[in-house]
Amino acid sequence: MRRNISKAAPAAVILGLLVIWELTVRIGQIPLYVLPSPSATLRTFVVEFPVLLRHGAITVMEALAGMGIAFLISLVIGILIDAMPTFRRCIYPILVVTQTVPTIVLAPIFIIYMGFGYAPKILTVVLMCFFPIVVSFSDGLGQMEEGYLNLVRTYGGSRLQIYTLVKIPAAMISLLSGLKVAATYSISGAVVGEWIASQSGLGYYLIRAKNGYMLDKVFACVVMIILLSLMMNGLVKLFGFAVLPMERRRKTGRGK
Amino acid sequence: MRLNVNKLNFAYSDQRIIHDLSFEVKDGEFVSILGPSGCGKSTLLNVLAGIRKPQSGQILIDGKDTEGISTHFAYMPQNDLLFPWKTILDNVCLYGEIHHQKEKMREKARMQMARFGLAGCEEKYPGELSGGMRQRAAFLRTTLCEAGIYLLDEPFGALDVITRSDMQDWLRNLCSNLKKTILLVTHDTDEAIYLSDRILILGAPGEGIRQEMAVTEPNRTREWLYGQGELRAKIHRIIKEK
Repeated sequence: MRRNISKAAPAAVILGLLVIWELTVRIGQIPLYVLPSPSATLRTFVVEFPVLLRHGAITVMEALAGMGIAFLISLVIGILIDAMPTFRRCIYPILVVTQTVPTIVLAPIFIIYMGFGYAPKILTVVLMCFFPIVVSFSDGLGQMEEGYLNLVRTYGGSRLQIYTLVKIPAAMISLLSGLKVAATYSISGAVVGEWIASQSGLGYYLIRAKNGYMLDKVFACVVMIILLSLMMNGLVKLFGFAVLPMERRRKTGRGK
Repeated sequence: MRLNVNKLNFAYSDQRIIHDLSFEVKDGEFVSILGPSGCGKSTLLNVLAGIRKPQSGQILIDGKDTEGISTHFAYMPQNDLLFPWKTILDNVCLYGEIHHQKEKMREKARMQMARFGLAGCEEKYPGELSGGMRQRAAFLRTTLCEAGIYLLDEPFGALDVITRSDMQDWLRNLCSNLKKTILLVTHDTDEAIYLSDRILILGAPGEGIRQEMAVTEPNRTREWLYGQGELRAKIHRIIKEK
């Protein structure tokens, strides 16, 4: 009984907040351009869904491209950081500094350099996603117990095999944690890029709706952004299941 | 394979661990190394396995000098060190994977699974096995290395008493068929008496071999082991000597 209550509690809290929000708007007769009610947001979301989907597809494409590039760069940089302590000492401060500059400041600069196409939006995503992936991956590579590495060495394993057989597989769980964070950032990164200058995408839709004081559309767009971010997170989980078979077995309850 | 260690020296910065250590392990012999904590037992195995480089001395296998990592040695550390993301079959075939003979080794491993009490565990993951089964899998991985000399570093140290004695019985039966040269490092006096043809007792770090004793009983049972109180007491006295 207590277990069921604790399971239902988060959903009940969210539902309660939505009810309070709905009642506040209705009783206070708050106009749509100030605060749309959850029911109005849902209605707009359903009506606008085809449009949101079209813009969302572009945002997702930018997010996926940015995530993919960030992932590949992170793999290379992560291995270099682990293999070369001098490289680590040189690159780490730069990585940290890149995270201190707000993306909203960098996005216009990218547009000046790269034009109004997809490139500056993708680069914004890369910049937002790169850090959590590379840090989690390089930390994962460095945390492998020395005994495993020695075992492979005594079996005649090369330095490359130490990475392919031990370090990289061992770092996968850590890498996936970084990817989950990055996946959540990726849609927001693309939206920020589109916000500054674009002809399509959820950021473009959002800025147009905001300029027209159509707050129900703004909120519907936010819902779409949340759903797409969750979808990206889900994709990373699927990727995790694909690359970590023992995790898949653990989750499905097979074995001991 | 015969192993000769001649005047081996190893030190961590200024702390001498192994000093002019010399001993021989004959072909097919099971030799255990006992000694107080920190006397350099595990370090010795690490040096033999090529994980650590000695400052001087010779390691000879069948009279031939060997340096660094040698495929003549198969090293088994205290922890099973099975990769959690690999199935048991893939784990035991690690040597084959490293030397690009994975398929050939898988065939060989499948045939050995039952002998190692692992039948039906081929596609399981290490997390799904008990401690004893994991150790057996680690031992199968060691035997599949095709090395002539096994270096076992407290292989049952992490197991509970009952499982450990089961594993000792199992290893004793297995070793009589394997006919490999085995060097076992252990803290467990009974384990050394029960399994070994010969026991080397190391002294304090850098002191070398304090005493060596042969165990000649051919038909060993648990009952026989329980009756070895005098030998056990003697070993303890030697280890504790200052």
